[in-house]
Amino acid sequence: MSRVSKTAVLLRRMAALTRKESIQILRDPSSLVIAFVLPPILLFLFAFAVSLDVKHVPFAVVLEGNGVKAHSLAAAYSATPYLDVVPVRDRRIGRELLTRGVVDGFVVIPQDFDERVLNQVPGAAIQVITDGSKPNSANFTAAYAEGVFQIWLRGEAGAAVAPRIDQRQRVWFNPELESRRVLLPGAIAIVMTMIGTLLTSLVVAREWERGTMEALMSTPPSMLEIIISKLLPYFALGLIATLGCVLMAVFLFSVPLQGSLIAVLLLSSVFLVPALGQGLLISTLAKNQFVAAQAAIFSGFMPAFLLSGFIYEIDSMPTLVQWITQVVPARYFVSSLQTVFLTGDVWAQFRWDMFAMLCVGALFFSITLANSHKRLD
Amino acid sequence: MTVSVSIEGVSKHFDEHCALKELDANIRGGRLTGLVGPDGAGKTTLMRLLAGLMSVDTGSLKIDGRELGPHTSDIHQLTGYMPQRFGLYEDLTVLENLKLYADLRGLDRRMTSGLFERLLHFTGLGSFTDRLAGNLSGGMKQKLGLACALMARPQLLLLDEPSVGVDPVSRQDLWDMVQELAGEGMAVVWSTAYLDEAERCDEVLLLEESELVYCGAPADLTRRLQGRSYLAKNLGGDRRLWLTRALELPSVRDGVIQGAAVRLVLGRDGSLDEISGLVESVGGRLEAVAPRFEDAFIDLLGGGPDGHSAIAEKMEPVEQARDIMVECRDLSKHFGDFTATDGISFSVHKGEILGLLGPNGAGKSTTFKMLCGLLKPSSGVAEVVGLDLRHSPSTAKLQLGYMAQKFSLYGLMSVQQNLEFFSGVYGLRGKLRRDRIQEMIDTFELQPYLAESPENLPLGFKQRMALACALMHRPSVLFLDEPTSGVDPVTRREFWTHITGLVAKGVTVLVTTHFMDEAEYCDRVALVNRGQLIALDSPDALKASAACAALPDPTMEDAFIRLIEAQEPPSEHAA
Repeated sequence: MSRVSKTAVLLRRMAALTRKESIQILRDPSSLVIAFVLPPILLFLFAFAVSLDVKHVPFAVVLEGNGVKAHSLAAAYSATPYLDVVPVRDRRIGRELLTRGVVDGFVVIPQDFDERVLNQVPGAAIQVITDGSKPNSANFTAAYAEGVFQIWLRGEAGAAVAPRIDQRQRVWFNPELESRRVLLPGAIAIVMTMIGTLLTSLVVAREWERGTMEALMSTPPSMLEIIISKLLPYFALGLIATLGCVLMAVFLFSVPLQGSLIAVLLLSSVFLVPALGQGLLISTLAKNQFVAAQAAIFSGFMPAFLLSGFIYEIDSMPTLVQWITQVVPARYFVSSLQTVFLTGDVWAQFRWDMFAMLCVGALFFSITLANSHKRLD
Repeated sequence: MTVSVSIEGVSKHFDEHCALKELDANIRGGRLTGLVGPDGAGKTTLMRLLAGLMSVDTGSLKIDGRELGPHTSDIHQLTGYMPQRFGLYEDLTVLENLKLYADLRGLDRRMTSGLFERLLHFTGLGSFTDRLAGNLSGGMKQKLGLACALMARPQLLLLDEPSVGVDPVSRQDLWDMVQELAGEGMAVVWSTAYLDEAERCDEVLLLEESELVYCGAPADLTRRLQGRSYLAKNLGGDRRLWLTRALELPSVRDGVIQGAAVRLVLGRDGSLDEISGLVESVGGRLEAVAPRFEDAFIDLLGGGPDGHSAIAEKMEPVEQARDIMVECRDLSKHFGDFTATDGISFSVHKGEILGLLGPNGAGKSTTFKMLCGLLKPSSGVAEVVGLDLRHSPSTAKLQLGYMAQKFSLYGLMSVQQNLEFFSGVYGLRGKLRRDRIQEMIDTFELQPYLAESPENLPLGFKQRMALACALMHRPSVLFLDEPTSGVDPVTRREFWTHITGLVAKGVTVLVTTHFMDEAEYCDRVALVNRGQLIALDSPDALKASAACAALPDPTMEDAFIRLIEAQEPPSEHAA
């Protein structure tokens, strides 16, 4: 057989396997649901239901003082959109509201507030109490309450004492600090992990379960051919789903895409290498679909959710966990996607992230190949 | 062109377990070689070695002098392999499956259309090319699997239990096709648990406990039994009870029911005195008959079980005044446009064995499931012990024991946990529950396996255990859905010993099966085809109704095929 025809035979075999796999995807409602129905649902949830912004925090203002200044500060609290103020007159009521969970915090404006401010008595003029059982909200609430007071104080001081240093905060890349803009790119990474790892983990296991692997093995294609042909349709499926997600994020949820679509697709293609590799590795080790799905959720979906910096910032994790995140491919994908959406094409960062993803992918694939012999013993 | 495969000193181990030991045999082209033996004897391992899916530990496998194994570059061109369950993609159509395997085998595109046409014609699948393989009947799947395995026009065709769960009509079709292929010079290896198939092979390899115990023409093995096979007729009363007594005689090697008669095999140097004494005691008649391969097979494996059932002996007789235990009237079931069961009526008497037979997809499983309350009938009535399954399903279910196809045991639980679970499901509590579990462990000798998963048990034990789970609550009616599918003849005999014993205690049994020799154990056989009941009679009467000039003494299988074919025009291929 000449070299040329050998290649032709090889290509034909792979084309046949790829076609078979594609038909199976198209005829299997569950894989289409995971690829096309699940992503919009997830995106929708992250866009509307999950929000890290704190607005309209229920907050009690305990106005014990009756002075002008005390009333003026209470009014300042009522004015901010971040807090929904419940006015009360007694700190014991404030405490009760907090205990019952009606409010997330309260501020006490004491009886001698006017006096303290006017005479500049040292020590705290007001007291802010927050609900430590919700640490995140507690931080925000305390900061808002404190901020309102500082701004009020500055206004009171007025032109009389001009502050020497003018401090101005500016937030770059996401000026409105809207969490949706950070969450949606991350959600795309989660969706891709689902498609790449979960669906792929099922495919080889399914062949074992239905007894078709044995028949396939008794035909000429090598294990490498079988594996590559299996992955190609899932690769395409993953890219189509990504494209859909990006379009939805941009047009439906108005997340601006600062970078280029090409960069998004390139990053996604590279991310699919470790994602598919991980799914494949699972499915060669687990010979039934149930175990494969469990493994995919625990080793793919959960880390992508928890350890990728999607919801919890990696910098604030314990050092050991930070090390573990190094082998979570979603970590690199999330950071790149956030950059491409919020900042633009920063190729210096993408290059490093893509390199890291390829390394993790190579690791998965080499373990897979070492473990899949075209033999039953 | 004829090929020859030589197997020399082949051994294969899996961890500690030896799957094949020092095997020497020859497989010749142009012949059909049967591979037979009990479950776990090493049949599938040998098949996989020949297909290049495993490599041998020691010894060699050669086809026309060339080594066979995973490293043989063109092993896939040399061998065609049809694994158990046929290796088809169920979500692909018939044609897509064929195309896939043609491409994988690298067949020339210009040739494939002609080849497909021939294969489709050959298998009679021509009008089903667009049907999903998953929607084919068992028999059609098997033919498609064969077509896919034939794609490379291999020199060696390997068929691993191609006829498990396939009805006699389809089995016959496949047999004819394979015969034709062998006629063209191909070497065909057919592994099977059906001994009537083995008997018709040109040559058999008989494996037992990893060793080859016989290799040669089946007739030569059968000849050894000359003068030792007898048929006891006119036994009056209960032939099954008589068989139990006969099996207790030391001179009897093996015995099975054959319609109203009992077939007995005499031990090697046994005298006929004991048997004739027993026959005369009931006024029967003994007739010498030609031995069958099955007689020789069981003899070679050390004879059949002794005919007494420990579990049946422990059971109290069923106390039930009524005579009709199971009844269905005008039972129908529709799935969309499709009528699976179409107005079936019959009743089963106390202590009777009723066999439900029919081709794959004829509706017998559907009927069966409605009778034991697993499916709701579209119309008609199904009653067990006089209780309508639609109105009092749980009371009715306490009266019945159900043993599902594939034994439905929980693989993730141990044997002990399975027993506890099933006893709990049937409402057993406290001391009674503990006693019953212990009783099952003792009678079925499950003690050494208690901590293991049922999946690791030998098939025979699995089957015993499934029976134990179904009997724990002492049901008066027992439903057995293909209880012996894929199980070897020795284990099947043991199983029927239990059933016979239970029936003697008044238990009523409904059983579906594809084994015609098991139909012989039934008191009456209901034959279902295309959703309708086409015959309901004793095995002997069914056989008699199928008799004709060309075939004066038909077997149960002949009767089955004739009755089915009388109802529908023969398929294109059969014609």
